Amino acid sequence: MTDSTPPSTSSRTTGDIVHLDPWQDLRALTRARIGLGRSGNAQRTTDVLAFQAAHAQARDAVHTALDVDAMKAALGEPCLVVHSRAPDRPTYLRRPDLGRRLAPESLAELKKGDWDVVFVAADGLSSVATAEGAVTLYQEMKKRLPHWKIAPLVMALQGRVALGDEIAQAMGARMVVMMIGERPGLSVADSLGVYLTYAPRVGTPDSARNCLSNIHLHGLKTAPAADKLAWLMKEALSRQVTGVALKDDSPDEHSLLSQGR
Amino acid sequence: MAFHHTLGGERHTFADLKALLAAASSRRSGDELAGLAATSDARRVAARYALADLPLSTFLATALVPYEEDEVTRLIVDTHDKAAFAPIAHMTVGGFRDWLLSHEADTQALRAIAPGVTPEMAAAASKLMRNQDLMSVAHKITVVTKFRNTIGLKGCLASRLQPNHPTDDLKGIAASTLDGLLYGMGDAVVGINPATDSVANGLALLDMLDHARQRYDIPTQTCVLTHVTNTIEIINRGGAVDLVFQSIAGTQKANEGFGVSLAILKEAREAALSLGRGTLGTDLMYFETGQGAALSADAHHGIDQQTVEARAYAVAREFHPLLVNTVVGFIGPEYLYDGKQIIRAGLEDHFCAKLMGVPMGCDVCYTNHAEADQDDMDNLMVLLGTAGITFLIGVPGADDIMLNYQSLSFHDILTVRNLLGLKPAPEFAAWLERMGLYDTHRERMLPVSPGQTLLGQMIA
Repeated sequence: MTDSTPPSTSSRTTGDIVHLDPWQDLRALTRARIGLGRSGNAQRTTDVLAFQAAHAQARDAVHTALDVDAMKAALGEPCLVVHSRAPDRPTYLRRPDLGRRLAPESLAELKKGDWDVVFVAADGLSSVATAEGAVTLYQEMKKRLPHWKIAPLVMALQGRVALGDEIAQAMGARMVVMMIGERPGLSVADSLGVYLTYAPRVGTPDSARNCLSNIHLHGLKTAPAADKLAWLMKEALSRQVTGVALKDDSPDEHSLLSQGR
Repeated sequence: MAFHHTLGGERHTFADLKALLAAASSRRSGDELAGLAATSDARRVAARYALADLPLSTFLATALVPYEEDEVTRLIVDTHDKAAFAPIAHMTVGGFRDWLLSHEADTQALRAIAPGVTPEMAAAASKLMRNQDLMSVAHKITVVTKFRNTIGLKGCLASRLQPNHPTDDLKGIAASTLDGLLYGMGDAVVGINPATDSVANGLALLDMLDHARQRYDIPTQTCVLTHVTNTIEIINRGGAVDLVFQSIAGTQKANEGFGVSLAILKEAREAALSLGRGTLGTDLMYFETGQGAALSADAHHGIDQQTVEARAYAVAREFHPLLVNTVVGFIGPEYLYDGKQIIRAGLEDHFCAKLMGVPMGCDVCYTNHAEADQDDMDNLMVLLGTAGITFLIGVPGADDIMLNYQSLSFHDILTVRNLLGLKPAPEFAAWLERMGLYDTHRERMLPVSPGQTLLGQMIA
């Protein structure tokens, strides 16, 4: 730690200084921004810019529109695209209730079928996460569920978790898997969350869902996430329930609300 | 009973007291989401005119949530101190605002009326106040609390050191704790939000924190912010519980959403008191609150989010807390959309709590989907520091890697202490000096690296 040192963008990266940095070993213990040093009381230029870069990435993840064309190309099979009742991002952020319901024209386009499950890829709070992870996860799931009647993938814009309920209800699916971008943090802006709901309908409470969160390159990887999800889906189909009843067997279930945040 | 005011030739009608309070509130996304906000700027000001003429005693005659249905209402009504209320009993809300800002309303006078001020009175007055008014009045109020040190003295700004880790790794948490202590943080509390909310995990975390505190004889308190029922169980198993933490809200139904009641809070407080761990005092409850909590639990009973938030302070007040803080920007842009709304709400929460005699601190913070950034946090921290905030929360580099949001960095709190000439709690400041971390002469934290202090051995 240096006090009143002129800010230098290279002080922690040049070979000489690295070995003298007393925080180097401690940084291996946590990704927290510890041992930053200071200039007077303030953060140094290099740290201020690193923070702004991370914040910019997180904000871009929130505000970038989902690249539906790229996802369609990656998918290479028929799919559906729907919109929630939130017409744009500012409305979406202010009105979570609108993000939970289908726009009337989208609802009119969905046809009833006889499906075991419908997968929905929604932008949520990180379109980057959805664009990077949802199609791959969907394809992994199809491999793991060979005898299931799986509806065409639905891509949803300005969607919240509960939007999947109305989609599944309209399409006559027995369960819905909502793959949705999670609220980005500074260290991870592309984390995907997956919510499984049996017998979904408009108004289904969140307690009736099972959740796998933190799916990204440095968190829960796609293959193990797909294994867990397949297990949950088979259990859900045989027990005809999701949520608290499956919770005890699902190691990743946790809620920030339970600790007050 | 309906309320009216004619402004610019248009007669505005407000169906009842709840509608009037909601319409008078400054604009925020949560009230718009709930369909309670004023539908025009003119209507908002008309509501303020009508509110200004309302006698304060109206709030004693009109419960916003029925007495029979809600234990928070019963608490507010049953504990109202009529003698303390007497000096302001004749005032209107507008008159009350003027009196609060007057020189007659000094520290002594404001302390005397606190038990006579209900949350609804505080909220109503705040709706007629500009940001500077909220600061001026709060600045005159002193709320002092004690456990192992003295929190809330004039000229002091305490801090919560928040060393969270996404997997609750003990060494990772210790590394962040060391970092914070070297910046003079942690006099309010060293408090962890656990990633896993279990009794076993809470015991392990508390054990680690308590060992560090005892080893270096740090005059502060530690806390794992787990659910209050877990804390009771941790006490039963002999855990090192200094403070009892719980998130609270302003209605019975919202508190039920948090899995708590007044009875559970009382039970937990008594259990912790029985441990007798405080050396200077027995204030040991730690509460968090935040605008939007009641609405998100669908438990706001049609009350605007600022007024229902103030009702949470009645719950806090009942249990003699050491610390309370609003998590102002944490709950999301559907409740407070941008920096302007977050800053206003932070000042309102601080004012209302202090007016009611509650030791209010703040997590000056925002999430990545809010229209806010670190510049907004700089503004709010300086405004709150000026208003006499009890404590601020600091995390390494302002980046909470467990809860995924941005708060203040340790640097930021050093900066606000320096800008405003504020010091840590006196016992903690003396400890910093003893440990060779603080230069009393030049009034600044010394640049000390982990290898240059005994604290460095904390991680072994």
